[in-house]
Amino acid sequence: MNSEQPEGPGKPQPPSDRGTPVGRRVLLGTIGLGALGVVTAPALQRALEGFLGAAAGKDPTGLTGLLPNGGGFRYYSVASSVPHKNATNYRLTVDGLVDRPKTYTLDDLRALPQTRLVKDVQCVTGWRVPGTPFEGVRLSRLLDAAGVRSTAGAVRFTCFDGTYTESLTLDQARRADVLVALRMQDKNIGHDHGGPVRLYVAPMYFYKSAKWLSGITVTEDVKPGYWEDRGYDVDAWVGHSNGRDDDPTN
Amino acid sequence: MTLRTEAHTPPVSEVRRFGPAQRWVHRTTAALMGVCVVTAAFLYIPQFAELVGRRELVVRVHECAGLALPVPLLVGLVSRWFRADLGHLNRFGPHDRIWLRAALRRDKRRSSRPAAKFNAGQKIYAAWIAGATLVMLGTGLIMWFTHLTPLMWRTSATFVHDWLALTIGIVLAGHIGMAIGDPEARNGLRTGRVSREWAEREHPLWRP
Repeated sequence: MNSEQPEGPGKPQPPSDRGTPVGRRVLLGTIGLGALGVVTAPALQRALEGFLGAAAGKDPTGLTGLLPNGGGFRYYSVASSVPHKNATNYRLTVDGLVDRPKTYTLDDLRALPQTRLVKDVQCVTGWRVPGTPFEGVRLSRLLDAAGVRSTAGAVRFTCFDGTYTESLTLDQARRADVLVALRMQDKNIGHDHGGPVRLYVAPMYFYKSAKWLSGITVTEDVKPGYWEDRGYDVDAWVGHSNGRDDDPTN
Repeated sequence: MTLRTEAHTPPVSEVRRFGPAQRWVHRTTAALMGVCVVTAAFLYIPQFAELVGRRELVVRVHECAGLALPVPLLVGLVSRWFRADLGHLNRFGPHDRIWLRAALRRDKRRSSRPAAKFNAGQKIYAAWIAGATLVMLGTGLIMWFTHLTPLMWRTSATFVHDWLALTIGIVLAGHIGMAIGDPEARNGLRTGRVSREWAEREHPLWRP
């Protein structure tokens, strides 16, 4: 058995001179710094956001975008792969408790009056993109065109990634700052950002703004959506939900 | 017929550096840390996130690997050989001060880098990565169980978790880079044995 012992026969070699326990101090110091970081995070974060936001504007490599709080959007998808849709094969259906169910093509949506909003985007995980223009058709216009029945109380959204769902109460859905968005940052919305058509719910955390929107179903009651089944708030007002106190996005 | 005796090459003399406990703790910790780093990249770097998607699954794997990260070390504590090595890592002698000074001056001469079983750089690394892992674990738990902690805490924890992750990534790359540059050190962790010549060169104060 002695041959299995790492340090030759006999007992483990005691540290030759006892020495100072610097290792323990470094370990405890690291933990202390971590705790201090959590306590001072709000101030540090504000300072860094300002600095990195300015640096990102002058950074041709785009590497600052990879730093925490480096600004810009991040790609989140809950599905393993998402089909690409374009003007020829994209369809948006409006159905459920409505008098006139309807299917829109991309050109149909583009032909309707467009509304442009410029507000901040706030993600529930902390990142924020200031002053982002969104352009599209007011959801209330599509609901009015379909003729919502009096028994209805909510709207459910489905997506062509086949997985994601979202929902709003009818009152929330009728707000003037809720769009079926076709353009973001004054460009047609690309696939990675949820194009060609995504929802845009300006006053709420960005997970409410479902990407790759393909279905609008009017229902009686709110059904929690994908992330809401996993613990996020259904009424996701920025600054008043999910245990966060971010500034409003207007 | 005269047979010339072949030039006598003595078997390379080897010394025992690590037992099974140390080697398995290192191996399993490295694997779990690897899973944490790879899943973090899938969650964090947009190009990788687009490649993989399945955000919920990746988050779950990341959480489980992170939670398991301290387990190999805790299990290893039953081995007195492992505990003895933790003692070596913890205690700093006068020679470690000399080593650190030389490292700061970028003095690479062997004579100015005295080391016992572990050199001062390895000792600092071990203590720092242990502390950093615990900070990642704490902030990770705050982000995971959002409704258990007060307002604000999650944002702050996310901030620390993100920046420390970046730091750990850089330090870990240095750790792996140095291992790649020293095959005999890797040999020590793979087989448990190193050549006496290497031990006397790299760790002159170590008495195996």
